Amino acid sequence: MLTDITIGQYMARDSIIHALDARIKIIITAILIIALFTIDTFSGFGFFSIFILIVIFLSKISFLKVIKGLKPILFLIILTLFIHIFLTKGGDILWSWRFISIESEGVYTGFFMVSRIFILILFTSLLTLTTSPLQLTDGIEYILTPLKRFGVPASELSMMMTIALRFIPTLLEEAEKIMKAQQARGADFESGNLIQRAKSLVPLLVPLFISAFRRADDLALAMESRCYRGGEGRTRLHELEYRYYDFIALIIVIIMAVTVSFF
Amino acid sequence: MLIEVDNVTHIYNDENNVTALKKINLEIDNGEFIGIVGHTGSGKSTLVQLFNGLIIPSSGAVKVNGKNITDEKTNLKETRRHVGLVFQYPEHQLFEETVYKDIAFGPKNLGLSEEEIETRVNEVMGLVNLDYEEFKDRSPFNLSGGQQRRVAIAGVLALKPDVLVLDEPSAGLDPQGRKRLADLLRYLYHELEMTLILISHRMEEIAELSSRVIVMHNGEIVLDGSPKEVFAREQKLHQLALDLPQITEIMHRLKDRGLKVETDLFSLEKASEEILNRLRGCEKC
Amino acid sequence: MSLININGVDFLYENENSDRPALQNINLQIEAGDFAVIIGSNGSGKSTLAKLLNVLLTPTKGEIYIDGLNSSKSENTWKIRQKVGMVFQNPDNQLVASMVEDDVAFGPENLGIPSPEIRKRVDKALEMVGMAGFQKFAPHKLSGGQKQRVAIAGVIAMEPDVIVLDEPTAMLDPQGRKEVMETIEYLNKEKEITIVHITHFMEEAVTADKVIVMNEGNILHKGTPKSIFRLVNKLKEINLDIPVAAEVAEYLRSKNVNIPDILTIDELVNSLC
Repeated sequence: MLTDITIGQYMARDSIIHALDARIKIIITAILIIALFTIDTFSGFGFFSIFILIVIFLSKISFLKVIKGLKPILFLIILTLFIHIFLTKGGDILWSWRFISIESEGVYTGFFMVSRIFILILFTSLLTLTTSPLQLTDGIEYILTPLKRFGVPASELSMMMTIALRFIPTLLEEAEKIMKAQQARGADFESGNLIQRAKSLVPLLVPLFISAFRRADDLALAMESRCYRGGEGRTRLHELEYRYYDFIALIIVIIMAVTVSFF
Repeated sequence: MLIEVDNVTHIYNDENNVTALKKINLEIDNGEFIGIVGHTGSGKSTLVQLFNGLIIPSSGAVKVNGKNITDEKTNLKETRRHVGLVFQYPEHQLFEETVYKDIAFGPKNLGLSEEEIETRVNEVMGLVNLDYEEFKDRSPFNLSGGQQRRVAIAGVLALKPDVLVLDEPSAGLDPQGRKRLADLLRYLYHELEMTLILISHRMEEIAELSSRVIVMHNGEIVLDGSPKEVFAREQKLHQLALDLPQITEIMHRLKDRGLKVETDLFSLEKASEEILNRLRGCEKC
Repeated sequence: MSLININGVDFLYENENSDRPALQNINLQIEAGDFAVIIGSNGSGKSTLAKLLNVLLTPTKGEIYIDGLNSSKSENTWKIRQKVGMVFQNPDNQLVASMVEDDVAFGPENLGIPSPEIRKRVDKALEMVGMAGFQKFAPHKLSGGQKQRVAIAGVIAMEPDVIVLDEPTAMLDPQGRKEVMETIEYLNKEKEITIVHITHFMEEAVTADKVIVMNEGNILHKGTPKSIFRLVNKLKEINLDIPVAAEVAEYLRSKNVNIPDILTIDELVNSLC
């Protein structure tokens, strides 16, 4: 069923990693990504991998679950590997057949790039695995707040994300209902070539859009009647608060990032 | 037998794994008018979606016209032309530019000729009381809510199904809209001899229209019989927190107080007359 | 002065082609503590009236005063919106957040209430509508009646003087309708919150202090529930649902059975036997 799709991949656990402030987690992830790009040796990646293993252990999420989350990008990883192995030239020729050859430089860069992508994805998925979409939204809003004076509508952006999170399940449910109703009238969403299939989506998408617009209209009225007038002067039920361990985590990560850049 | 449901259990395959239907056995004959009642979540909507293969049950078999539709090889498109399904708030599925095109969507999917489609659209618009010439070129989105619903129902009728299933077709309609709908259903049943299955929270509607009432509770069929039989089970229904038709409730209460009225009259006029006659029969009860 | 004062109000939708105003010369007072029910069929102008009370619209002619504040003056808009809480028809389209407590907090957050105070209000409001313990639930996992009660809690948390409910039961099943009606009655009787309930279900008017019948932009009748249900034939003419008991009573009355004004099945049975 369409409604089975969960938004993000958040897994609720009672762990220190989950308890970290969303803002700190976003900042940490950013620092680590930058640090990752300063690394140019495999020992640096090894160091990072050990760090990630410790974080996964602390987060109480099973290692297998984390790896499973990488499945969708498996193709990307393999593709990168092959492109580098076959197309990057230099160093010793390891193997050749007619015009195809594999050279040592290619193998090295291939594995190097793959390790980097791998670790990059692990970091970001750890962020989404341990932080609920709501906390993420709040975190992003807070981080963007200083940019408000340059005209970045931080609270409005965060409100948009909140509403999107709220309505995705509702619209998925609706899509499923409309799909069934059209199927009951003999519509076929499953067979035919690409163009036929795209065409067959019209009876699904038109009602879905109309409904989404109607909902948006209703919601705008409801929000206005509940005194919504943009981010100005709004307070929050859940104020984000830094705790001591947030700073400890930040300090550890900064030390790590600096160390790693010497590798 | 038109529809046979044989030992069907259905469990929704999502995070909650709700058992929507438990070992359901049911036979529906040609020419029946079945009313299905029960609380939200009792399994009514799941049950009717079995009839045209929109839901394939976890276990058990469903046969339509003798054909097992739970079998993977069955052509569901073929089944769906025999069982028409009008969902709740069907006007939300309208999508075409004109009323004509929207109603023609079903027949087109059946691969009918242009002339046949035109005849059908003309015919079903007449059935739902929308003037063909006046409405065929109008956008369905500029019609009133009640008219939109009639267009949507016409869109399913245009498939010329043997069975028409309607899920809460009167939700949100005003008294006039409801009366019009009841007239349509009566016409389809009596004049066109269609088999009808009606899901409704309005007991009055079920009692007045249907020939057989099925009461569902927690995925099971708990009562099954004529309206007279089912609505005579006052205590059972109250125990399930279901309402009696209001007029039946009145008649039962009067009878309890000693006024000897018949309790199986479902039309307001007849019941009122009955009360009047009994009142005249004895000055003080 | 009454809590709500509507003086000679007309309202005309600008973009519509018809010349007939949605509302014509409406005069109505609603007192603090009232349970007022407005009934009318589709297009009677009842929803337009609701939107006027919350300044989602302002009158084309005439004035509306809420607690002495003129709704046509723009400096009063936000004050009035805090005083008049609105609950709408579609339970799905008025909940903003993907967690119940965040949704209830939405109004107070907009008012700039400090965080600890919001927490208190949210929990109290959820308790008042019988939804305590549902703080962390996602709205799409709730039943229609529950969603509507969360919407009511969201309004209560703003501590309004009056709650206007625009057909809150129209899209609910009988169970949900009962839940919502019980909640509304509790809030009015026990918590003394003024209620303006707009509906096309006449039986929901039975317990009201004041019933207003609207038709084609006019107020057709004002009075107690009993006085209204006496008008069975007239109400039928304007396409309204009549409670079955009132209809039976009317029939018997027409056959010269002496029967008092009837609203409910209980009253009918008691008067007959």
